[in-house]
Amino acid sequence: VRRVVIVGASAAGLAAAETLRAEGFDGTITMVGEERHAPYDRPPLSKQLMSGSWEAERLALRDRGAIDALGAAWRLGVRATALDAAGREVVLKGGERLPFDGLVIATGIHARRLPGAMPAGVHVLRTVDDALAIRAALAAQPRVVVIGSGVLGTEFAATARGLGCEVTLAGKAALPMARQFGPDIGKMIADRHREAGVVLRPRAEVLGIEGEAHVAGVRLAGGEILPAELVLVAIGSVPATGWLEGSGLDLADGVVCDAYCRAAPGIHAAGDVTSWWHAGYRRRLRIEHRMNAAEQGAAAARNLLGAGEAFRPIPFLWSDQFDVKLQAYGLFPPEGDITIELDPAVPGRFVAFCRVEGRLWGVLGWNAVRALRQARQHLAESLSEVPQPG
Amino acid sequence: MRVIIEEDKCCGAGQCVMAAPTVFDQREEDGIVILLDETPPDDKLDEVKQAIRLCPALAIKVEV
Repeated sequence: VRRVVIVGASAAGLAAAETLRAEGFDGTITMVGEERHAPYDRPPLSKQLMSGSWEAERLALRDRGAIDALGAAWRLGVRATALDAAGREVVLKGGERLPFDGLVIATGIHARRLPGAMPAGVHVLRTVDDALAIRAALAAQPRVVVIGSGVLGTEFAATARGLGCEVTLAGKAALPMARQFGPDIGKMIADRHREAGVVLRPRAEVLGIEGEAHVAGVRLAGGEILPAELVLVAIGSVPATGWLEGSGLDLADGVVCDAYCRAAPGIHAAGDVTSWWHAGYRRRLRIEHRMNAAEQGAAAARNLLGAGEAFRPIPFLWSDQFDVKLQAYGLFPPEGDITIELDPAVPGRFVAFCRVEGRLWGVLGWNAVRALRQARQHLAESLSEVPQPG
Repeated sequence: MRVIIEEDKCCGAGQCVMAAPTVFDQREEDGIVILLDETPPDDKLDEVKQAIRLCPALAIKVEV
């Protein structure tokens, strides 16, 4: 491998580039990024950046010197439009073709949007530009409606409420984040939000957006209208694979890869866009979390160079909501049994364990980071016991 | 080497403690990183680099 192209210049793509160099790769690296920004960190977009405690400069994943030290060619603000897998070329908007003999696909996800044209004041939150626009609008103390009560919507609701806005969290589900962590934890999250003054509107079916030039509200099934000057649409994501259509790659759920993050010979994928076979869980996963992006970027790069290591990480996510620090390792599938072990010494602190057929699959800490580290150790042992395929 | 941490970036994931247990610890109440050894011996450099790679909040730097 002499010429590597990495499409996607965020956490996963950057980790891939850095790992290639750390492994001694001295060929060419070309980084293609649709956004005009140098690699930056996304978790703070709904946390520190949104609350105003950080400015955008702090999001940079690397300083200028570290970026220069990579010795990569950077094509930022340019979208890849096609992959010619047989001819080994990536096609950029404008028609330029980048030849490669190693490719890392790290194009991530797009925020899912509501269908149709939207009035001003209806936002999604994926990029720093999205976040800065929302933050500027929050300064006017709008009434906020968040559509979607998954991790992002729930966390944003907490941040907006913390800034003093009236906030309504309207989700399809009965409880926020219940799809991720089950009803017991969902109920505790709901309670914490209610205590803080967030209005919860569960089982909400959104029919449309009210308002002409600017949003005026969110119309629900049954005729109810939730008034709003700012709406965040947080209804999930779509893998950014449009540019790969017709390439011959399997795009059933993002870029479909094997256990080595390989989509085709010489073509690997990493980060949110990647579906791969997790040899520890013996299940196909696609994970949209920050730590996975970095770990998988590194793994994809090593395997591109021939390491032949199955990628079997312990997934990790965290969310900050009011005074609650939620952290989870592993998986919480719907069929899992969740048990909660309260810390007898500290009210409101607990660790939750998710088991599938008696085997530990995931652990979650609620303001319980040290206890969670021990629980993670049990999880690592449990996963290493899973028999390997073949 | 000199290890530098940014407490307000730390998300308390504990990856650094697992990677370099003689260099990092976590506060009991909120899991925020504690720097046990600001100038660890050179043979800890690989562990510290691993902690930097694993930290999901990019809260650790090292000057060699």
